[in-house]
Amino acid sequence: MVATYDAKTDYKVVGTNPIRHDGLDKVTGRAIYGGDVTVPGLIWGDVIRSPHAHARIKSIDTSAAEAMDGVYAVLTHADFPVVDEREIEAGEDIVNLKRDQSNIMADDKVHYKGHVVAAVAAVDRNTAQEAASKIRVEYEVLANVSDVDAAMAENAPIILESLVGDHLGEDVPNTNIARIFRHEFGNLEQAFAKSDLVIERTFSLSMVHQGYIEPHNATVIWAEDGNITVWSSTQGSFGVRAQTAGMIGVPETRVKVNYVEIGGGFGGKTKVYLAPIAALLSRKSGGRPVKLVMDRTSVFEATGPAPGGKIRMKVGVTREGKVTAADTDLIFESGGYPGSAVGAAAMCVFACYNWPASRITGYDVLVNKPKSAAYRAPGSPQASFAIESVVDEICEEMGFDKIQFRLDNAAHEGTRRGDGVQFPRVGLEECLRAARDSDHWNSPLGDAPAGKARGRGIATAYWMNGGGKSTCDLMLQDDGTVMMNEGSADIGGTRVSIAMQAAEVLGIPAEDIRPSIPDTDSIGFTGVTGGSRTTYATGLAAYTAAHLLVDELKDRLANLWETESGKIDFADGVFSSDGQSIGIQELAGKLDPTGGPVTSTASVNPSSAGAAYAAHICDLEVDLATGKTDVIRYTAVQDVGKAVHPQYAEGQIQGGVVQGIGWALNEEYFITDDGAMANRSFLDYRMPTSLDMPMIDTIMIEVPNPLHPYGVRGVGEVPICPPLSAVVQAIHGATGKRYYELPVKPGRILEATNGD
Amino acid sequence: MTTTSPSMVHIKTTVNGQVHELLVPPYMSLLDTLRELIGLTGTKEGCLDGNCGACTVSVNGRIVDSCLVLGAEVDGKEVDTIEGMATPEGLHPLQQAFLEEAALQCGICTPGFLVAAKSLLDNEPSPSEGRIRHWLAGNLCRCTGYDKIVRAVQKASTQ
Repeated sequence: MVATYDAKTDYKVVGTNPIRHDGLDKVTGRAIYGGDVTVPGLIWGDVIRSPHAHARIKSIDTSAAEAMDGVYAVLTHADFPVVDEREIEAGEDIVNLKRDQSNIMADDKVHYKGHVVAAVAAVDRNTAQEAASKIRVEYEVLANVSDVDAAMAENAPIILESLVGDHLGEDVPNTNIARIFRHEFGNLEQAFAKSDLVIERTFSLSMVHQGYIEPHNATVIWAEDGNITVWSSTQGSFGVRAQTAGMIGVPETRVKVNYVEIGGGFGGKTKVYLAPIAALLSRKSGGRPVKLVMDRTSVFEATGPAPGGKIRMKVGVTREGKVTAADTDLIFESGGYPGSAVGAAAMCVFACYNWPASRITGYDVLVNKPKSAAYRAPGSPQASFAIESVVDEICEEMGFDKIQFRLDNAAHEGTRRGDGVQFPRVGLEECLRAARDSDHWNSPLGDAPAGKARGRGIATAYWMNGGGKSTCDLMLQDDGTVMMNEGSADIGGTRVSIAMQAAEVLGIPAEDIRPSIPDTDSIGFTGVTGGSRTTYATGLAAYTAAHLLVDELKDRLANLWETESGKIDFADGVFSSDGQSIGIQELAGKLDPTGGPVTSTASVNPSSAGAAYAAHICDLEVDLATGKTDVIRYTAVQDVGKAVHPQYAEGQIQGGVVQGIGWALNEEYFITDDGAMANRSFLDYRMPTSLDMPMIDTIMIEVPNPLHPYGVRGVGEVPICPPLSAVVQAIHGATGKRYYELPVKPGRILEATNGD
Repeated sequence: MTTTSPSMVHIKTTVNGQVHELLVPPYMSLLDTLRELIGLTGTKEGCLDGNCGACTVSVNGRIVDSCLVLGAEVDGKEVDTIEGMATPEGLHPLQQAFLEEAALQCGICTPGFLVAAKSLLDNEPSPSEGRIRHWLAGNLCRCTGYDKIVRAVQKASTQ
């Protein structure tokens, strides 16, 4: 059974903007990130990587590296234990341990350029680099496939020979298609037949990278007693524990993962790349602590990008402006091993509309590119780009108002998602009405300067948000301060948003809660910071622990007041009964006679989370001579349920928008014929800079999530989705051309407008 | 006469007002000199090729990507890092504004932004929004979309 709540309305702490507890350390340079970790006796590791996109490893000669002064250990895949094809959950991804082990260090084949082939540990970073460069690898280079069409072609080179594909339930060997699945309801043929207009389009997308500024890192000690200590930048310490233990074949509880600050993740730091290598190097080096830090080229070439691919999209409508049916093929690149975000894309693709009939077919396709990983609302941005582009085209073709059409067909409470899930209370209609009534939508676009043209786009999107396991401990101190342990990696201010929910229950200031994120030995299981789950689920754990603390304090106070705990009320931080009252922080100093310190702990596992919807409006200007696009005004409307810390909720939206704008305009893996990423630096993989962006306006709608006592919904992911289409529809508005391939870079605009 | 490259370079440099006398390997970047030899890890490594700005420090009053400068090059020079920004009297107005305006999320780019923004305000106390965006274009942030960073610099510039 799913618990539901009528959200509280009179807040003291929730909805305010206290300064985050970890803020001071982060503005003074004191905060310790994974790369800052140092340990007595530290040595450094480095790796060598494949120069080929697809090749068989014929031999590896490590003798020259081993002979070097200062080298402690050399590692190849042969040093890893044999593990089964066991699948474990890693937040937003499923990890197949055997395949992930091969992904972090190649077995007999390399599946993409940059695939790790061997590693060394040496006295310092420079020596490790030099030693790695002396490892000689002989390859038999194989033909590579770099897009889904080539991968699915007859007689395509097979990337993972052991793969047996699941094609609509049928086992298929010798294939690059790991999975074909389908969600279908209603009579599609009849529904399309009732349409006055059917539009069918095909969209192409490239891989894009999460682009976190901090590269992956790991420091590991494998001690003589078999206990392993890890420091590694991650969205979830328990995920590092499970993946590391699984890949090196030890029980999870032998691995302790210490919390370090994380310099951005966006889904890409749910996966483990370095810790198992560092662990094995440490063991081979006699238990020395080994540290590895990835260089930026390797982050691009060998850590999870978001999948590119192709999307075929067919949508029907009546002339009265109702949707009739939708049919899509989502063909996603998984990279060098199976497992793209196509499953989540299939859940999101049609979730903004109320369809009489729909069919969603997903394809998970291997290509000789890095294994894809989660990236902020994995799969939804690509899906939103395709469906919202077709909806825009339909509206223009039929003369429908773009917001009214969406309102007339909007998903709401009771609507079924394409895969059957039924929505509780959701806020899409509220977002659309707020967009319609916004200053932005009602302001003229204005005249473009000479040589430029302006356009406006609008798009919506959905993300399902995550729930899952979280733990929080509270420890009341004599002075009324409450120490808090919680297990969620803090990437954007969640220590404060979680602490605020405990503070709200306890009726004390957020500043009087002191949050810590302990190691995996010292806190109950907590899932990754991903799926927009953290403020929701770990917040729910904090809320629950705070209520347990209050219950315990009532029992203690019943002793002091010689009454029954059931007769004691608690509101706004004050206990009262029969005319007596005492504040919680005053009571804290008087607990010794009642049995000493009061603590509480709560673990939760909410199975569902309450969906996020957004509607975005983009104005931009295209330079018709150069094709350069400048976003000049942007408004993001989003149902946030309840903004616990409005500044950081807004920050999530603004950051997601700018990533989405980058995806629409600039960002792509530019792959050469031999399968190499040509633009593997921040200079060439051009992410938006401060100079490229305007201020990002937000309108936060609060439709309380019935699954959370304060109505909290996940916020972080859905804002990356609508910009892809909103930006591209605005470019259409400016240039009069339709664009079906991302990114819509200057060259594509000039090709489309050539001669106009 | 034979020429051999020295195995170590002797330097004397002032970091955040304190003199350090060091032997640095000739290949070692200023970034690693600060982080590995002096122990100041507030300056961050993001790309090692001068494109992200996370390692921004000031050398004789001019901001540089410390991954592109050798430790040996700061002999006799004054280096200022994030660790030198606050004083015993309190935070620099930029640091306070970053906290109040929620201008950081993960915080990895924050030291570089603060050092870069300080050098702007030291020379131009009241920059326009466009000037701030132009000055900070060498520092990448992937979390915030820059909005709150620009607002924080604007706030600090009026103090």
